[in-house]
Amino acid sequence: MKGAVLLAGSLLTWELLARFGPWPRWLFPGPGAVLASLVALAGDGRLGAAVLRSLGRLAQGYALSAAIGVPLGVAMGRSAWLRAALRPAVVGLQALPSICWLPLAILWFGLSEAAILFVVLMGSLLAIAIATEDAVAGVDPILLRAAGTLGIRGSRFHLGVLLPAALPGILTGLKLGWSFAWRALMAGELLFVSGGLGQLLQTGRELLDPALVMAVMLAIVAIGTAVDRALFRTLELRVRRRWGLLEAT
Amino acid sequence: MWRDLLVRLLGVRRPARHACAGTLAPRRARAGPPKIAVREVGHRFQEFVALADVSIDVHAGEFVCLVGPSGCGKTTLLYALAGHIAPTGGRITIDGLEVKGPSPDRLLVFQEPALFPWLTVRQNLVFALRARHLPREQADDRARAFVSLVQLDGFEDALPHQLSGGMRMRVQLARALAVDPAVLLMDEPFGALDAQTRSAMHQLLQRIWLRDRKTVVFVTHDVREALVLGDRVVVMADRPGRVLHDLDVRLPRPRDPDDQQLVELSRWIRAELNQSGPETETRSGAQPPGAEGEDDARAHERGGPPRGISPDVGASR
Repeated sequence: MKGAVLLAGSLLTWELLARFGPWPRWLFPGPGAVLASLVALAGDGRLGAAVLRSLGRLAQGYALSAAIGVPLGVAMGRSAWLRAALRPAVVGLQALPSICWLPLAILWFGLSEAAILFVVLMGSLLAIAIATEDAVAGVDPILLRAAGTLGIRGSRFHLGVLLPAALPGILTGLKLGWSFAWRALMAGELLFVSGGLGQLLQTGRELLDPALVMAVMLAIVAIGTAVDRALFRTLELRVRRRWGLLEAT
Repeated sequence: MWRDLLVRLLGVRRPARHACAGTLAPRRARAGPPKIAVREVGHRFQEFVALADVSIDVHAGEFVCLVGPSGCGKTTLLYALAGHIAPTGGRITIDGLEVKGPSPDRLLVFQEPALFPWLTVRQNLVFALRARHLPREQADDRARAFVSLVQLDGFEDALPHQLSGGMRMRVQLARALAVDPAVLLMDEPFGALDAQTRSAMHQLLQRIWLRDRKTVVFVTHDVREALVLGDRVVVMADRPGRVLHDLDVRLPRPRDPDDQQLVELSRWIRAELNQSGPETETRSGAQPPGAEGEDDARAHERGGPPRGISPDVGASR
């Protein structure tokens, strides 16, 4: 109730600013115009196609980086040698904004899907690897000892003890990696035009249509929030509850 | 008080002459090859000598308690038996084979419950049994049987964090017993439990041991616990960690921690420990005469660890 009132209040302020502000109205559209633009986009199928395109790329890039990042993190967490060798590089490259990989990606892969997947991969891979490494290194040693004394070894140990024990931390890494991947994808699509939501934003700029731009921004925010809330938050909560890291409510 | 003094003055090195006559005697040699042979084992952590030339034989089916103050190396010795640490000197063999790394044949039971928190009680047991290559159905049956043995029927599908500290400890015990190790190594498994739960666990463990006669090496700093459980009590002293006495306990089972003979024995052992250690606090000497007549809880409290090490009563994480 309170939230609804506040939302209505800010929408009203936005509308008033758009109408009576000192700037030209066509540069700063109100919520009504943005909504109309959003409806139009959805109606002619452009939004749906762009969302599908972007999410398809994201799914590929993200799945790849999880498939590489988690084993890499586990290996680094378990082997002091590997950690010493890779950790500086991984942490250093993590400081690099992922879009900085784009020029290299274009040189290596050309103006192709592979280039953009590479940017997404590099955007999330390192975050996932680092979080996984931390989670694996932080596993309660008593559980490792228990596994040792019970004779649990090999794949049974890795899949049955190590991964579940580190899972809460790995999930946090996967969530972080997802948001990095989403950002990297948007940046990539903006700079390197080939369909998707980023390109739709660019189209809005070229058509001098701020309402279109804002509508697409809204869609990007909505998708990001939905995945974060619906997927990761729920998953994290369930794991934490099961693992006894959270008081059951 | 006089008797106490007498024990302390005369009896210290000769338990057989006094209150302990016939019930606590220097260990008699047993026939046959030992199950576990610890030969002149020493261990150092840099400069600190945790163990100095410790030699102990344990025969199959014996229940041996290692008792001593913290820092006497009893846990180090246990972990060496389990294969979790390699001692810096000496040899440990089990059935004639040198110990190299952990093995489920000598299962270590930890002070913490050490359960896999994402698995239910039943799954914890089944997982351990499946790792021993038991087919799924047999593992299920065996898990059910051992959960029932530790009286946790109805909690099979509970998660560890939903159980009390004592119940979690029982699950760990059930898991250890289900795997059916030849040797059970226990590292102060009841140290973090409250007095009542601990005493219930003692009854349970005695009952199970009388049934299965496993070889057990049990580490504790609680002398009374050692006397309730052990066939044999190995009294250890610190700085450096060494064996002070190796004693057979000849008390009928099941034992009662407030049995007068047992209380006398524990008093004598604690006096020994106080004398041997570098510190000389004499808690037991300050007891009033006739302490046996007190209520259980207080008597148990005093029967606790030597030298003012208080057990973590009720601490269940």
